[in-house]
Amino acid sequence: MSDGAVKDAPDGEGEGGATNSRRYFLIQATSAVAAVGAVGAAWPFIKYWTPSAKAKAAGAAVKIDVSKLAPGEMLSPIVAWRGKPIFVVYRDQAVIDSLEVDTNGLADPDSANPDQQPEFAVNPWRSERPELGVYVGICTHLGCSPKYVESENFEETGQGGFFCPCHGSKFDLAGRVVEGVPAPYNLEVPPYQFESDTVIVIG
Amino acid sequence: MKKLLLTLLLAMPVAAWSAGGSDWPMEDFEGDLHNLPSLQHGFKLYTNYCLGCHGLQFQRYQRTADDLGIPHDIALKNLVFTDQKIGDLMTTAMPKEESKAWFGAAPPDLTMVTRVREPHWVYNYLKTFYVDESRPLGVNNKVFTNVGMPNVLLDLQGVQRQVCTDGVCDELVVEAGTGAMNPEEFDAAIYDLTNFLYYVSEPARLERQRTGVFVLLFLIIFGSFTYLLNREYWKDIDH
Amino acid sequence: MDKTEAQGPKSGLAGAMEWLDKRFPATETFEYHMSKYYAPKNFNFWYYFGFLAMFVLVNQLITGIWLTMNYVPSGDGAFASVEYIMRDVEYGWLMRYLHSTGASFFFVVIYLHMYRALRYGSYRGPRELLWLIGMAIFIALMAEGFFGYLLPWGNMSYWGAQVIVSLFGAIPYIGPDLMEWIRGDFLMSETTLNRFFALHVVALPLVLCVLIFVHLVALHHVGSNNPDGIEIKKNKDENGIPKDGIPFHPYYTVHDIHAMVVFLFIFCAVVFFAPEMGGYFLEKPNFEMADPLKTPDHIAPVWYYTPFYAMLRAATFPLFGLSAKFWGFVVMIGAIVIPMALPWLDRSPVKSMRYKGSISRIMLMIFVISFFILGYLGTQAPSKAGTIAAQVCTALYFAYFILMPWYTRVEKTQPEPERVTG
Repeated sequence: MSDGAVKDAPDGEGEGGATNSRRYFLIQATSAVAAVGAVGAAWPFIKYWTPSAKAKAAGAAVKIDVSKLAPGEMLSPIVAWRGKPIFVVYRDQAVIDSLEVDTNGLADPDSANPDQQPEFAVNPWRSERPELGVYVGICTHLGCSPKYVESENFEETGQGGFFCPCHGSKFDLAGRVVEGVPAPYNLEVPPYQFESDTVIVIG
Repeated sequence: MKKLLLTLLLAMPVAAWSAGGSDWPMEDFEGDLHNLPSLQHGFKLYTNYCLGCHGLQFQRYQRTADDLGIPHDIALKNLVFTDQKIGDLMTTAMPKEESKAWFGAAPPDLTMVTRVREPHWVYNYLKTFYVDESRPLGVNNKVFTNVGMPNVLLDLQGVQRQVCTDGVCDELVVEAGTGAMNPEEFDAAIYDLTNFLYYVSEPARLERQRTGVFVLLFLIIFGSFTYLLNREYWKDIDH
Repeated sequence: MDKTEAQGPKSGLAGAMEWLDKRFPATETFEYHMSKYYAPKNFNFWYYFGFLAMFVLVNQLITGIWLTMNYVPSGDGAFASVEYIMRDVEYGWLMRYLHSTGASFFFVVIYLHMYRALRYGSYRGPRELLWLIGMAIFIALMAEGFFGYLLPWGNMSYWGAQVIVSLFGAIPYIGPDLMEWIRGDFLMSETTLNRFFALHVVALPLVLCVLIFVHLVALHHVGSNNPDGIEIKKNKDENGIPKDGIPFHPYYTVHDIHAMVVFLFIFCAVVFFAPEMGGYFLEKPNFEMADPLKTPDHIAPVWYYTPFYAMLRAATFPLFGLSAKFWGFVVMIGAIVIPMALPWLDRSPVKSMRYKGSISRIMLMIFVISFFILGYLGTQAPSKAGTIAAQVCTALYFAYFILMPWYTRVEKTQPEPERVTG
């Protein structure tokens, strides 16, 4: 059988077999090199989607002045770090004490998940200083921003906390998630440090 | 015919856009982006003498410091004179309206000045300010005639005057001892400043060339395989 | 898997293909366009450029989509967003240079592709429609390039677009209103930028893709021409396969892939080592933001429009009571569309330059040289000598077409061979 000007295709035994195996090898080798090229060519297009220098500059450390914050208050989440709302709560002594003991009904009371906070925040208050809590105000379920609610609306601990209006997840005042809600983890604690007693640097 | 086309293509002269329109004999300038000390010095000169009026509004301090091998804290302390952050764009603090009132036109942004004009134009321009009492600012320029910019580098270069013989003014002479730098030092400083602007005009230039070498090498390898594959199949064809 | 099959379900890939082919003509399409599309075996160098044009198109589409992700089509933001892509976005510089260099290479490839048609008579019957579709692609591509050139909002973008839009002002009576309608404003403005953006990234790419698809359908219906300009379908073997034809796949696929790598080598050399190409691919004044108060010293369109631009400027005198400006417009449009008439202008008994007479060869050579000279003149500032040269070359450009019915008939041609030659 012949296709137009094509000489009878060499197949089967003998010389034809050698031709076929050479062809097979060349196809494989060329495909392998082409695959390397395709990955190399795809790389810039993938990398293009990562945060740009502008996004990184906007995501740099932010300073928060907490000097005007009184016990029992929360700084309204206007401060953004990497564009995310940040919750800063000033807890009074009653809350600090209760966070240590009221761990019933919490999914992860001991902050066992290392992804959700820096090392220094693995404690009952999930913060560097017991009175000042700093959390990323994004629900770990599907990314809504929870609301700060007073104690009377928060029957689990009686101390108030964060309530996510989207799917009803609840977190206590240390950002610890309550059992039986959709959110899987505690609220994230961002990396932060105290520049002075009243200024926190986040990031 | 093939040859003819090729010859024509090669014979087409490279387009040369004149800038400034002066017949001053230009000195050559060859940028060197591997010379980090030169670029760092140029960066410092720029922030000290130029950034007050001319922004680099598309370039960030951080990128510049990283590319030029300057640690961020040193850059912030020595090169950022405003309350700007390391990640900010290198904009100028001068309000456009005021500068327009002072100089008649807002000083242009210089991020891509070496791409709009040539690097050697910038190099020669910065070296050829001279005293000209007929101009509002008391200075003129050999490369950019009747420029509306004061000679900000006067302290470094010293007072430069043109020397005319038979009505032809093609020589510039610096009065000895009037500048903080001697002519060689000043030339080197302007080289560094121009080199820095050459970097800023396209900060990815070195990365581009580096990547290009790998891409072309890969294509040579890939091409040898496609050549062999093509030859292998075309053995079937009587031609 | 289909259980009614007598031999039972096939396994793996063969089974999957069988499943697919019952629902979609996958194998059939592949065979029709690739493995059983019989192309003449004597394709030469000039036959790579159709495939390469497709390849550049894909490059333009993909890099264009990626650039659009960070481009801001606004008067304040456009220029800054291009520099943002060049500096702040990872590999943004690469996307931009691939796209800007790709634009120039698109025209290089298309001009060579069109030259091939002139050389071997590919526009002749039965390929008249194929040629017309190709010309439509060329015109759409010129429009695509023109709209895209405004987007960086550099000073050359701005004034270049201003000049081209002003051309429409040359049309009697409706001109000034038409200009205003195109711009949507009294001068080039953000409104103009926004509509050009929409046309560049959505409308014209769609038009181009549809036209290219139709171009390929027409090509595979009539079959490819070849350097001998003879129809291989006239000589078929007992299976109905052209004796001088070979299956496109694998023979021309391996051919074209190799051509693609060679092309990529040249293309990447420019992208990575000379993306400005001495001011021809990226013009210097375009590194300055658009300034409605300051025209660049010397306005020249990008090189691929300069032959037509030179013809536009060559019209310097009024005629029949109409202004020189109007005639410039007519000459330019005429120069762009006149190749459409080629299938009916060429009266030669043979198609290929190989068998045409010496007048045809000389005319083609003069045509190509005129085109190059016009292209060069278009990049230069207007001068007296330049204008005269442009006028002569414009006349020669049109002479190639207008005199064709005459010289293709009077010249002595050589006999075409029965079968293709090497």
